[in-house]
Amino acid sequence: MSWTVVLVLSLGAFALKVFGFVIIGDRKFPPQVEAVIALIPAALLCALIMKDTFTAGHDLQIDARAVGLIVAVLGVWRKVPIWLVIVLACVATGITRAIS
Amino acid sequence: MDAHNEHAHEGVNYDGIVGPAVALGFAVFIFAISFGVLCVNAGGSVPKAMTMSLLVFTGASQFSAVSVIAAGGTAVSAVVGALLLGSRNAIYGVAVAPWLPGSLKYRVAAAQFTIDETTGMTLVQNSPERKRRAFWVTAASIYGFWNVGTLIGALVGNSFDTQKYGLDVAFPAAFVAMVAPLLATRKAQLAGIGGAVVCLATTPFVPIGAPIVMSAVVALIALVPTQRKSRRS
Repeated sequence: MSWTVVLVLSLGAFALKVFGFVIIGDRKFPPQVEAVIALIPAALLCALIMKDTFTAGHDLQIDARAVGLIVAVLGVWRKVPIWLVIVLACVATGITRAIS
Repeated sequence: MDAHNEHAHEGVNYDGIVGPAVALGFAVFIFAISFGVLCVNAGGSVPKAMTMSLLVFTGASQFSAVSVIAAGGTAVSAVVGALLLGSRNAIYGVAVAPWLPGSLKYRVAAAQFTIDETTGMTLVQNSPERKRRAFWVTAASIYGFWNVGTLIGALVGNSFDTQKYGLDVAFPAAFVAMVAPLLATRKAQLAGIGGAVVCLATTPFVPIGAPIVMSAVVALIALVPTQRKSRRS
């Protein structure tokens, strides 16, 4: 995590916010653009979940992290408070690692 | 960056604003602590984690960047992926801008606080006055909780063996919590499945981090017209 990443990300994130709020402002994005941008988080977050659970470098693998993911999905589905979901997922993976 | 000083007006009804704003702040607090821990463990530091939370101030993007770096991804894919995630804040800006008129300085300041939580809280209010107040009260709550949480996480982060305690799973667990409310529509569900498939299918073949950026292409399914009947039947 270099300072370059931190600062470029800071500037970029702010620029996106100002672009929508101030530059576009009271006008509108074309509806197609808005529809595409609205779907990006669902695609990226699910990709991140896969990467953080089932990959190690360039390899695909199933390990103790999968147990944590299952716990997280069940927790979110059962509307368990978010802090508890994160704690339970980590504990589940930690225990799985310890006993395997 | 004090939120103009208009909160103090007499006779303003804060019912249904402060409570939810604090509740959102607490949820964000947990994410923030996790972020601080994960950031310092991904080669970050307390100043870097704090700079991210103070300046980037959009949680999913911060998590995404740290997640890609932690996995050994390139700086470019970390930044591009995070900014793709942050692009939704531009839409939020368009949605809330009509309710937050003011000088250029005021609007640029407000833009920095235009994220999921402030936008949601603003849009559900039923009067212009309440919308403006909800925006700033929520902004103050989230900004406070987010940065204090990051600081706590970053300070204690180095004392954890993240692998041993399974703390690396805080990444996907946080992403599950973030994505769940987004999967309300059929298209969003398809985008989610598509993003997951693209990531797994490309991971062996492209630079680390690139699958995250590539998964954004799936969002183009938004352009496919929805139709009730299948064309082929």
